[in-house]
Amino acid sequence: MGSRLSVVSALRAFLPARAVLHEEEDTRPYECDGLTAYRQLPMVVALPETEEQVRRVLELCFSMKIPVVPRGAGTGLSGGALPPGDGVLLSMAKFMRVLRLDPRAGIAVVQPGVRNAAISEAAAPFGLFYAPDPSSQIACTIGGNVSENSGGVHCLKYGLTLHNVLRLRGYTIEGEPIEIGSEAPDAPGYDLLALAVGSEGMLMVVTEVTVKLLPLPQCARVIMASFDDVEKAGQAVAAVIAAGIIPAGLEMMDRPATHAVEQFVAAGYDLQAAAILLCESDGTAEEVDDEIARMKAVLSQAGATRMTVSRDEPERLRFWSGRKAAFPAVGRISPDYYCMDGTIPRKRLGEVLRFIAAMEKKYALRCPNVFHAGDGNLHPLILFDANDAGELHRTELFAAEVLEKCVEVGGTITGEHGVGVEKINQMCVQFRPDELELFQSIKRVFDARGLLNPGKAVPTLAR
Amino acid sequence: MTLEPFQERIRDAAARGVALRLRGGGTKDFYGNEPRGEMLDTRTYAGIVSYEPTELVITARCGTPLSEAERLLGENGQCLPFEPPHFGAGATFGGCVAAGLSGPRRASAGALRDFVLGARIVDGRGRALAFGGQVMKNVAGYDVSRLLAGSLGTLGLIAEASLKVLPRPAAERSLRLEMPQERALETMQRWAAQPLPISATTWHDGELLVRLSGSTPAVAAAAAKIGGEPLEPSPWAAIREHAHPFFAASPLWRVAVPPVAPPLALPGAQLLEWGGALRWLAGAGDGAAVREAAQRVGGHATLFRAREKSGGAFAPLGPAAMRLHRGLKAVFDPAGILNPGRLYAEL
Repeated sequence: MGSRLSVVSALRAFLPARAVLHEEEDTRPYECDGLTAYRQLPMVVALPETEEQVRRVLELCFSMKIPVVPRGAGTGLSGGALPPGDGVLLSMAKFMRVLRLDPRAGIAVVQPGVRNAAISEAAAPFGLFYAPDPSSQIACTIGGNVSENSGGVHCLKYGLTLHNVLRLRGYTIEGEPIEIGSEAPDAPGYDLLALAVGSEGMLMVVTEVTVKLLPLPQCARVIMASFDDVEKAGQAVAAVIAAGIIPAGLEMMDRPATHAVEQFVAAGYDLQAAAILLCESDGTAEEVDDEIARMKAVLSQAGATRMTVSRDEPERLRFWSGRKAAFPAVGRISPDYYCMDGTIPRKRLGEVLRFIAAMEKKYALRCPNVFHAGDGNLHPLILFDANDAGELHRTELFAAEVLEKCVEVGGTITGEHGVGVEKINQMCVQFRPDELELFQSIKRVFDARGLLNPGKAVPTLAR
Repeated sequence: MTLEPFQERIRDAAARGVALRLRGGGTKDFYGNEPRGEMLDTRTYAGIVSYEPTELVITARCGTPLSEAERLLGENGQCLPFEPPHFGAGATFGGCVAAGLSGPRRASAGALRDFVLGARIVDGRGRALAFGGQVMKNVAGYDVSRLLAGSLGTLGLIAEASLKVLPRPAAERSLRLEMPQERALETMQRWAAQPLPISATTWHDGELLVRLSGSTPAVAAAAAKIGGEPLEPSPWAAIREHAHPFFAASPLWRVAVPPVAPPLALPGAQLLEWGGALRWLAGAGDGAAVREAAQRVGGHATLFRAREKSGGAFAPLGPAAMRLHRGLKAVFDPAGILNPGRLYAEL
């Protein structure tokens, strides 16, 4: 282990002064990511600009046995980029170039610090786009998306980050270059890409990502449907799937969530509804006409009390704006909020919502809900005031009970935000000791010293 | 039905250092390197565990006949979106996942691995472990269940797997156009940049075949745009199952390349699939030349079917990649008894 001074001076041998931060006023902005309840000043922040610099930072940290935590934009919601107090916060923010965009091949090769939305912006002139769209997409980076295997509203139809990434380049903690995947299908050997995507920065540091680009749908329309009962809305979701329809997006918001966002963005949401569904169709004009008609029929049969179909692109974006702004919107009505992320089989939605309502009473905290209903991925938003120690504690208990409920009904503790530090205890609920031990063994294959993002995602067996 | 017999068998084999040959219906015996070891027949553990059409997931035990799973899905208007080849009547659900092979629909729908949601395995120490689950949005822990897809039984016995399913398309139509390979590649790339409901393409011997799948109006509109002649009967099952006469050749190479790669200048007949990303090569003599040609364009070649495969069926891995592979193999199968050598000599 090195002292701050020795690490700084070793880094300054190959990094310019602007790329090595160690004074508190300079490192403070890196003390947390989107999970602001957890903060830790890093010993040093390194901001490399080239692959060679990344390699040397890792080599140095490996030899000095210094922990390294990679970071993209710091928008993560599970504390995955929480810095090591005794280590290096490795910011990939300067890796922000689109290196190659090949419209004929339908791929883009980008650096990890490129914003998710920036990829689609670069592809748009060619009639292409990058499909996974986490709600933080104007800020989050593709490197972060790879680390978490991020989803988003449109992943129901277009898949997760894993389904849209072809290849990764990067370095192991020892500074050894590693290439995983291929622009050709079915790379030989084990599917290391599946292992690396979603590995929360614990197996390698990514320096280049090759993503798939898809043709932009000719048109897209969204139905906003109101329901007078949350369970009916949940059943409507199942009915859409049962009808053989895979919407481009299928989202639900309950009344408290709808009220919060309507004040924020005035999207025209039905404030009387117990729940609203946003059900989108995209494709060619013929496909969308056909699909919207079928969706309307199913939703109507399922008891929708009101339905509106977007008439043009600005209206479609307006309908979505509330859902996409759900988190900041609740930020307006509460000093703090804790965004949860669990996935459950769709058919258990009603049961889990009733459970959450019961927890609201038990812990005397409000909890609006938004869901990627098509995937069963819920985001309960527990509202609290961090200045009240009692509320923070009750929030954590509330959250733990909800996640455990998700596992109990056959789901998982995290659909897309990752485990990070936030859900590390619940990993012991979802997995047995043998399985956790296997995860640790996999980790050791890549990082025997446990220096990359330690203390995240996979609990040690002492827990 | 319990995993205990498998667990005991594997524990015992690990203790004695004896290789086990995990085998279902034997329909993929020809694939990969020469199988060896004492037979462990996975067909004794069979049955559909759960299937929820509205949840878009099917869970089945390894020995379940693949045809049984597909029939059940078909009855409910659903399918395995990656359209796996069976290569024989006895293909099993577990073997399908372990072989990791996808069929004609792969280029549009995705690969087998994309649809794996979870798996229960028995590892090389005889431990029963579960990873993933039955839901698509699941990022807890490392993606071990997807890692197993295509591992050819070298990481563990896949006892049970959960796969995402999708609705069958409402309408399907196949068309035929005549053109040489180079123009076929150009044409397929042009189509790929447009939102056309193309679910499969094949080029062989001057003919480009294309399958359109989707809603009735979408298929009709696309057919009008693409032109060509209607193609009947449907050729896709024969292509998928290698019943088409082209595939009778030996050796048969499976060359995967970026779809924009130019035609491969190699001797022997070729059959292209997946928009040009998959190029089958029949009867080519020089293996080294095939591998080199594939690598030069950023792809890789597998000796898919041959009488003589002692040089290794799969494209060699670089030293860094092999180190990781050996590390992972040691984690799952420390005694090295599960299908040793089937994927690579070192694993």
